[in-house]
Amino acid sequence: MATLNSNIPAGPLAQKWEHHKFSTKLINPANKRKYKIIVVGAGLAGSSAAATLAELGYEVHNFVFHDSPRRAHSVAAQGGINAAKNYQNDGDSVHRLFYDTIKGGDFRAREANVHRLAEVSVNIIDQCAAQGVPFAREYGGLLDNRSFGGAQVSRTFYARGQTGQQLLLGAYSALCRNIANGGVKSHTHAEMLDLVVVDGHAKGIIVRNLQTGEITRHNADAVVLATGGYGNAYNLSTYARGSNATAIWRAYKRGACFGNPCYTQIHPTCIPVSGDYQSKLTLMSESLRNDGRVWVPKKKDDCKRNPADIAESDRDYYLERMYPAFGNLAPRDIASRAAKVVCDEGRGIGETGLGVYLDFADAIKRLGEGKVRERYGNLFAMYHEITNEDAYQTPMRIYPAMHYTMGGLWVDYNLMSNLPGLFVLGEANFSDHGANRLGASALMQGLADGYFVLPATISGYLATQKPDKRPATDNAAFKQAEESVQTITKRLLNNKGSRTPASFHKALGKLIWEHCGMARTKAGLERGIKLIGELREQYWKHVKVAGEAGEWNQSLENAGRVADFMELGELLCRDALHREESCGGHFREEYQYTKNDAEVQQGLVNPGDVKRRDDVFAYVAAWEYAGEGKAPVLNKEPLVYEEVKMSTRSYK
Amino acid sequence: MKVTLKVWRQKSRNTPGEFKTYESPALNPNMSFLEMLDVVNEELANRGEEPIAFDHDCREGICGTCSLVIDGKPHGPHQGVATCQTYMRSFKNGDEIVVEPFRARAFPLVKDLVVDRKALDRIQHAGGFISVRTGSAPDANNILVPKENADLAMDAAQCIGCGACVAACKNASAMLFVAAKVSHLGLLPQGQPERHRRVKAMVDQMDAEGFGGCTVTGSCEAVCPKEISLDFIARMNRDYAAALIRGEPKPIAGSGAG
Ligand SMILES: Cc1cc2nc3c(=O)[nH]c(=O)nc-3n(C[C@H](O)[C@H](O)[C@H](O)COP(=O)(O)OP(=O)(O)OC[C@H]3O[C@@H](n4cnc5c(N)ncnc54)[C@H](O)[C@@H]3O)c2cc1C
Ligand code: FES
Repeated sequence: MATLNSNIPAGPLAQKWEHHKFSTKLINPANKRKYKIIVVGAGLAGSSAAATLAELGYEVHNFVFHDSPRRAHSVAAQGGINAAKNYQNDGDSVHRLFYDTIKGGDFRAREANVHRLAEVSVNIIDQCAAQGVPFAREYGGLLDNRSFGGAQVSRTFYARGQTGQQLLLGAYSALCRNIANGGVKSHTHAEMLDLVVVDGHAKGIIVRNLQTGEITRHNADAVVLATGGYGNAYNLSTYARGSNATAIWRAYKRGACFGNPCYTQIHPTCIPVSGDYQSKLTLMSESLRNDGRVWVPKKKDDCKRNPADIAESDRDYYLERMYPAFGNLAPRDIASRAAKVVCDEGRGIGETGLGVYLDFADAIKRLGEGKVRERYGNLFAMYHEITNEDAYQTPMRIYPAMHYTMGGLWVDYNLMSNLPGLFVLGEANFSDHGANRLGASALMQGLADGYFVLPATISGYLATQKPDKRPATDNAAFKQAEESVQTITKRLLNNKGSRTPASFHKALGKLIWEHCGMARTKAGLERGIKLIGELREQYWKHVKVAGEAGEWNQSLENAGRVADFMELGELLCRDALHREESCGGHFREEYQYTKNDAEVQQGLVNPGDVKRRDDVFAYVAAWEYAGEGKAPVLNKEPLVYEEVKMSTRSYK
Repeated sequence: MKVTLKVWRQKSRNTPGEFKTYESPALNPNMSFLEMLDVVNEELANRGEEPIAFDHDCREGICGTCSLVIDGKPHGPHQGVATCQTYMRSFKNGDEIVVEPFRARAFPLVKDLVVDRKALDRIQHAGGFISVRTGSAPDANNILVPKENADLAMDAAQCIGCGACVAACKNASAMLFVAAKVSHLGLLPQGQPERHRRVKAMVDQMDAEGFGGCTVTGSCEAVCPKEISLDFIARMNRDYAAALIRGEPKPIAGSGAG
């Protein structure tokens, strides 16, 4: 069994981080350059970490599979980033952001981590503004804010509908500065294919150069993974096509525990699927729910009618009806499930019946088309390109889609995995969002981890490692890891199959969506696990990979990633099966409120809302790899709440 | 619908390339151009031929990875969108479509339709930043930025770094790309201290990378997926002239650690 020590500092919640920073060992400036740190990934988390570590004086090596760090998937985030600045004077505070995030995560996140996140959120905005991130401004020159789901204050900072792009370019600019001055060595088109563990510590990685196919070994005193989420296991998702789980999965197979894999987020407002050729689903930012109203017809017969012909009294604004306090700004998991429920009732719209309306007619009446255009112009344009429909004239059609993964590699308070020397940041770790993430909080977490948390905690580990003593790349562990990578490559290329990796990925995605999507059951999950196992067997029998090892080979890249998704998909279902409760994005049909429950009668929740079982499941599930063909081992980290009382999550 | 594709195939930088013709299977007009290529590639792979290599990632017009010249135009027929946001309904049944990579001396070819655009990163390394250490920033609302400036800076900052401007330009100039960054930072109060050093360093690096000069034909603006305006080039030229007049920045006597 792995040893899991969350290393949460003692003392009052609000002072833990300050105290911890003070008591963490520092490395003296002359010694810092003797420590080499590998940072894999250059999204918000990776680029902010790499730049800041270099500023501190460490020797940093940054690896990305992209051709440039600026293309990390963070670039696609639209809506915004939260921070407890209270610039709007509407009652926000560090404590409120902390509380909203804990509640939003359905009481399945660590209090201490979340509080720290809320504390440093204010520094992030300062840092980004100083870098020249062109945040939206008011006429007086001050920063503007908007509101996002799961909050009743306006604390979201944004740059039109391209907040992720602008924050990433800010972090990229910091990275560029440090590349130019020699602090960071940037390796691009460089895909990490294995983690090297020497005497139980993470000490290096194996990398494939995507242009030449060359495999190289890289050693370091510590390895940082900031490689993003694993949502593409579902194939169709809002992620970029290249987003993958290979780095974290191979680290898992080297001993790093995987935390809460079943906590996945289905985003309520995406453009519905239109055909089998579809390669990705496009998100329509949650910010649209500030002004758009979600509805479906009350009567099934109206579903195929032109929405303009459906009378006001025949429309069901179901979120406003079911969750009057939050209305259209109900959190994502709740809004997604509600959409599924109305569609399952046969009231879904569009060709497939899997869609609901997001209507701006009222907003246009109230604010004028100009104002709506100013706020959401680029999103309306994007919607138009994809669907050929004009959302100023007719309501948008939306449906939930796979969007984000709260689960990820298990880390302690220092963001270090149970494998010493391995740190995990951003969406790749499991740490801060519990069972559901609130909108505009992933960008916050990525930058918090990279700019402020890791640079302060990593010295605690490095201080236990002698400078200039990292293992050389001719160490047996490096050799073994490289051979293991070569073996996988050879096996894929030499397989005499007949089916492409992409076709398997599609099949896998369908299986996971069906058996471990928005609503999960014991029987469904058991079946899912069985079918995924069979598909994986088929994969290794029948996959066919074009091209050669020593060249640019997208088939090969994809084949390796799909192989990892096949394994991860199974763990996802296993975790969902073992968690016999509902919480946040994890909805088990067996565990939901009914009209007989006191909470429903008191008006706190609706029948069908998720029902947690704190007495049994108030823990983090950290899965440990046990070897090929063996069932993974479940480790539990109990969630101890000192400040907040775990309560029924009500948005009514 | 069905289309005929004439696609540039080239195994590697050092082997000669050629156009090859492929008939598409039946297509849905709501497919994106890249989804059409996916479908064609699946067919090729199933026939035992090597799929067409092309670059892509976000498939929603923001990462700047996709980079095809479609019928002679970088990013295809429509204004203000990237290749990945081009849909098959923009073509007719039976059309012949010519697909090529972004060609420029500074963008060496990798394979088929994929080119290496690292030269653009190196221009950013030269000066595309404001020098601010993590943790050293003042409260964000202490820096007031007039809304007009913030909006204009955002217009420039939207650049996705795809390099279509270079591919469209007969001189393969990267002026629009550089101007976007220089203007974005130069329009903000935070960007003032390094304004002249930045423009000079970035333009010099652009020249060193082998990008051509600008003769203001406007073809870059016409293909830019973010419709970044030529006005930013004028703005950059003014800054560059001012930087030349001021000469190399000199340290102030007595500054620095004693
Ligand atoms: C469409 C969309 C909109 C969103 N909008 C918002 C929003 O408005 N607000 C919000 O807070 N959040 C939003 N999110 C979520 C948020 O964008 C992400 O969670 C966050 O940006 C992830 O950042 P990251 O740094 O962890 O990883 P990423 O940005 O995904 O970066 C991963 C990096 O790792 C590298 N990498 C991965 N694997 C390897 C490997 N094996 N070898 C080498 N390199 C590797 C990649 O090259 C890349 O540089 C959105 C997400 C999506 C999909
Ligand atoms: S694939 Fe990202 S811009 Fe086209």
